[in-house]
Amino acid sequence: MYKTAVIGDSASVSGFAALGLSVFRENEAEKITKLINRLAASDFAVIYITEPAAALVGDTINKYRSSRLPSIVLIPAIEGNTGDGMRALHEAVEKAVGSDILKQN
Amino acid sequence: MARLNVNPTRMELSQLKKKLASARRGHKLLKDKRDELMRQFMILIKENRQLRTEVEAAISEANRYMAVAGSVMQREALETALMLPKQEVELEVGEKNVMSVYIPEFTAKYRTDDSNDIYSYGMAFTSIDLDGAVSALSAVFPKMIRLAEVEKACQLMADEIEKTRRRVNALEHIMIPDYEETIKYITMKLSENERSTTTSLMKVKDMVLKQSHNYS
Repeated sequence: MYKTAVIGDSASVSGFAALGLSVFRENEAEKITKLINRLAASDFAVIYITEPAAALVGDTINKYRSSRLPSIVLIPAIEGNTGDGMRALHEAVEKAVGSDILKQN
Repeated sequence: MARLNVNPTRMELSQLKKKLASARRGHKLLKDKRDELMRQFMILIKENRQLRTEVEAAISEANRYMAVAGSVMQREALETALMLPKQEVELEVGEKNVMSVYIPEFTAKYRTDDSNDIYSYGMAFTSIDLDGAVSALSAVFPKMIRLAEVEKACQLMADEIEKTRRRVNALEHIMIPDYEETIKYITMKLSENERSTTTSLMKVKDMVLKQSHNYS
């Protein structure tokens, strides 16, 4: 059985604790990097991370992009939506198709 | 295009012809793979965008509730209320093979079936906004699971499409033209050799005839 983690600042992720997800309140780049590596090595299949936290550890997230597990998903933090999650989607399209065909619509 | 560095012999020629045939076959197969991957990718990416928009909207709404709850309640009280969850989610991870890309499939399993178990606190000492935040998150959670699945699938497929496209291009623009050119070169060289043998034979024949019978 696999588990689900949520990483981010305390205010943004506390609510997920009620749903029964494993919540990690971190906001330092180094700690988040270590945490992601640790979670990926153990039985976490999905890691939700807030956009500001993800912005600190872009390299680590890219590292797990091409591996099957874990799936790292960006979610908006309490300060608002930065659009990083959508940007990653556009990057995937650009990589696959050669140009960002979602942009026009 | 560069010609391959091979000896112009019949053996090489037949080997190259075999290689060209398999390169053409591989090219056709990879092209089909790329097209199918692309089709599936387009379907997934649309779903991904739709899901992401919905999930982001829902989480933002939950965050708004949370912000209000955070301002109404004391920080410690809020943390305490959420400290010991009743509900627990576990994921079952399956696997789906899409054109030899293995994409994960997640199924959420809840520890208890009661949908009210997401409220891990008594209602007396917490703000109603906290209930709102928790219920909004709980409502969007199935979509978040699906989003994790689709987003991973999109990333893996984007990688695979890029790889396949490179292979198709390498075969189409480098390997196949190279083989074709080398085959042409060997064929020309061989027929040139043949002609030169014929001419020298004719010449020798002429010389021999002239010597023995004084023909001119």
